[in-house]
Parts: sequence; structure tokens; C-alpha cells
Amino acid sequence: MADRRILGLGCVLAAAAALFLFWGLRGPMAYILELRMVKLAGLLSVGAAVGVATVLLQTISRNRILTPAFMGFDALFLLLQTGLVAGLGIAGSSRIPPLAGFVLDAAVMMGAALLLFTSVLRRTRHDIQLMVLTGVVLGLMFRTITAFLQRLMDPSEFSIVQTRMFAQFGSIDREALVMALGLMLLAFWWLWRNHAVLDVAALGRDTARSLGVGHDRLQLKVLCIIAALVSVSTALAGPVAFLGLLVTSLAHSLMRTHRHALLLPAAALISALILVAGQTVFERILRLQSTLAVVIEFCGGLLFIYLLTRGKIR
Amino acid sequence: MITVSGLSYGHGAKPILDGIDAEIPAGRVTALIGPNGAGKSTLLNLIAQQLTPSRGCISLDGMDAARIAPGRLARKMAVVAQNLTVASRVRVKDLIGFGRWPHSQGRLTAADHAAIGDATELFGLAPLQQRFLDELSGGQRQRAFIAMAFAQDTDWLLLDEPLNNLDLHHARNLMAQLRRLAEERGKGIVIVVHDLNYAISWSDHVVALKDGRIAFQGPVDEAASAASLTALYQTPVALTRIGGLPFAQYHR
Repeated sequence: MADRRILGLGCVLAAAAALFLFWGLRGPMAYILELRMVKLAGLLSVGAAVGVATVLLQTISRNRILTPAFMGFDALFLLLQTGLVAGLGIAGSSRIPPLAGFVLDAAVMMGAALLLFTSVLRRTRHDIQLMVLTGVVLGLMFRTITAFLQRLMDPSEFSIVQTRMFAQFGSIDREALVMALGLMLLAFWWLWRNHAVLDVAALGRDTARSLGVGHDRLQLKVLCIIAALVSVSTALAGPVAFLGLLVTSLAHSLMRTHRHALLLPAAALISALILVAGQTVFERILRLQSTLAVVIEFCGGLLFIYLLTRGKIR
Repeated sequence: MITVSGLSYGHGAKPILDGIDAEIPAGRVTALIGPNGAGKSTLLNLIAQQLTPSRGCISLDGMDAARIAPGRLARKMAVVAQNLTVASRVRVKDLIGFGRWPHSQGRLTAADHAAIGDATELFGLAPLQQRFLDELSGGQRQRAFIAMAFAQDTDWLLLDEPLNNLDLHHARNLMAQLRRLAEERGKGIVIVVHDLNYAISWSDHVVALKDGRIAFQGPVDEAASAASLTALYQTPVALTRIGGLPFAQYHR
């Protein structure tokens, strides 16, 4: 029952991954290949996490222009990083082992997201528009607190923070990668078992409830999964704001369906494909080492506006 | 039978519903009528367990409705809400298929497909079944949602202003359809209707609300009189009979 379009995307992604691994392979093959494998795994997991998290957020908020970044998830991550450096200093914050850092990031992200959104959802009586608005305001608040802390820092501390503020695919930590993969597999396992109920949730709270779906609990579970996936992607590579929006638009216009069984894999594959292909072009053709995310945001933005004006995205 | 006792909703000086006692007979068409802001939709949503009352309770065929598990309730009662928008790209046939969710949780059996086909035919949606919901007119979308609720195959069907977007032809067909469901399949139907003539000529029973309280209730022929309707809407209503059916004249 595998869809032809999903299979096609899978094949293109496999080809892009092979190109990334084997193009221009010289010198100590085993060593370079290993380095590239780690980077490839990082790109694939970040891509899948961003794609899936954005589709999920858009489903439960019933809004097709939201991304986790919009709701302040990324801003929370930046605040966390800045707070660590500001609180512990350069020496202190660099003494945290990467693995512990990842666990801390992920735990704080999930905890904070749950706490924030459960209380917000209860107060707003499950009004999703209000929740979105609250998310935007909170994101703004996180950003201004971050900016304030950065003003107070000395320049060398600030430069450390700055390197963490943009997505980096160059330096992916292996232990963190294993943790991330584990967390992601758990999230994907849940989605695999529950994808059909997400289709019902997309009909809206009233309709879902009249069909006997416990919409509010489902919403909380999905928010938790989004927090986990965002922490996977931000902890591995830093924030990638625009990618999710581009990916879900492409996934929706390619699949033209309401079924998450198709939408979620499509979004994960497209997102991973953009990252792997982008990184390949970036490293092998342009021979650049700087941050891919900036280019993705720029090109992604242009492509998005183009598709929107041509009416290809609905 | 649905029994509503001592039901209130909303707090403060002016609750939306205040001490409602009502009985809605099974296997009949019941219309909830009343002026704007009387609390008709709120009452419907409370009965449907979409809202939680601040006081009072609702019993559904002898059971406390609030204690019925959501999955089980969805096999006893289907609801069509007033604002129907869908964010994702759903085809009409898939939407009707969602009506089978309480029975099969997304894995459609032969019986489910039969029920979906039945609902599609009954509401004249066969020519539209491959279309996306966002490509339909308001009235067509409304019919698709009603077909979904019908496919749920429940004893009770609750509809909040189902005639809103429908033209004469489809409005009349829908009411005839609902009547037939009550008479032939014994379903209890509760509708919020604004058009007084649709309410009194098609329904068996009427519950009239005004300012969050019951104004009158009972079988249409007994409860809906010229005097009671005039008082309800604060507008002169004259009642005549055309072809054996009541007709309200209130236009001028």
C-alpha cells in the first residue's frame, strides 16, 4: 500500500545520501566516510524531526502557516543556551558534557512546553487561536529576555552563544545523535500507531469529540511529541525556522490528502532531502563550510513566496 | 428519551441557560426554537456533551450522559455543529467515512463501506464524492457533514441549524429525510431551526426557549399556538392550516 510518491521521494533521498557520502571521496576513506555518515545521520534526523513536528503542530492548531518556531519553541531553546552561558560562564558551560547537555535541553524543552501549554490550554478552554497567540507572545518574551541577557554578557561569552544561535550541521555530537535517534524513534513509534486518530483530530475539536475522540488529551500528547522533536532538531543543529513551513507546504501540495499516514512520511522525506541535497551542494560544489541554515531560510523563503503567488500551495 | 433536569450553564448575574427541565421523546423529530440568543445552540451542545453544564444533568435513554465513555456515546449520538470548517484536504467520501470511526477506528469493514454508500446515496452526494470539501459550496459541505453524522448510525441525531446554507429544494429534502429517519428507522432527531414554518410543519415535538429558560414545550399541535408563538418572538404570529399542516404567518 506504499504510495508511489513516497517511494519516489525515498529513492531520491537515497540517491542524494549516496551522493553526499561518496562524491569526492579521497584520502583516508574509512575515516572520512565515518565523518560523513555521522553528518548524514544528523541531517536526516533533523530533517525528519522538523518536518514531522511542523505537520503535527499544523494539524492540532488547524492552521497551515504555523511552525514550532512561530510558537516560541526555538526561542525557548535559545533562552536556555544563553541562560547556561550567562549563568555558568564560558568555562562552566563548556564543562557540561555534550550528552548531558542534550538530555538537559530535551528535558527542559519538553517540560516547559508541557507546563506552558497545559496551563494555557486549560485557561483558554481549548481555544486554539488563543493558544497560538499566547505562544507567539511567549516566544517574543523568550527572545527579549535572551537579548537582554546577551547585552549583559561580555563579548567572548556572547560569541559562544552566537555560534549556537544558528543551525550547525558541521559539528554533530555522536552521543547526542544516538540519544536523539532514540527519542525520535519513540515519537515515530507512537505516531505509527496513532496516525489515523490524527486524521480525525484535523476535523476540529467539535467534530472529533462527536466522533468519540478524546481530543484534549490527544492534543497534549501531540504537543509533547512536538516538543520532543523540536528539542531533537534544535539540540543537534540549532534552530531551523523556515524549513518546516516550506516542507509542510510542499508535502501538502504533493500528497493532496488529509491522511497522516501519507503526510507525515512525505514531510519527513522532503525535509531530509532538502537538508542533504543542500549540504551536498554547499560542501562539494560551493566548497563552503558556513551555515547551511541561512541559505535554506533564504532560498526556502523565495521558493515559498513563488509557490504561494503561483497558487500551488493551498 | 432524553431528559434534561435542572440544567444551567454559565455563571454570574445572567447565565446562558437557567434551570432547564425538558423531555425529548425518542424516535421523533424535536425542534428547538426561540429568538436569537435564547440558548438553543447551547442546550444542543450540552445535550451532545460538547459543553459541561454548571448545574443539572442530562439522561440519555436512562443513563447519565456525562458518565458514558466518549467512544460509546459516539455510537449512540451524532452531532452536526454549526460552523463547519476543515483545515485539511478531505474528500467528501473520506469525510463520510469518518462517521464510521466510532465503530471501526479507521479500519473500514464491508459493513462500514455499505453504511458510507447508504449515506452518500441518501443525501445525494454521489456526484460529489471525489471532490475536496474546500471546493464545495456551503450547502454542499453542510450536506456532507450531515451524511457523515448519518453514517455514524446512532439512535440520536443532533443538528445545529442544518438549514442554514440550504436552498428551498435541499432544505425541504433534508427535512423529509430526517422525518423518514424518525418514522422508518426510529431515530430521535433534535434540530435547532430558525424558520418557524419548517419547525412546526415537519417536527412532532417542540421545545421553545427564551432568555435561557423554557418558554413552552410539548407536541407541536398542543404547544405551538398563535398566542404562545407571539409571546415567544414578541412578534404577531397568526397560525392557519394549509393542507392539514400548520402554517405560521408572521411576515407582515
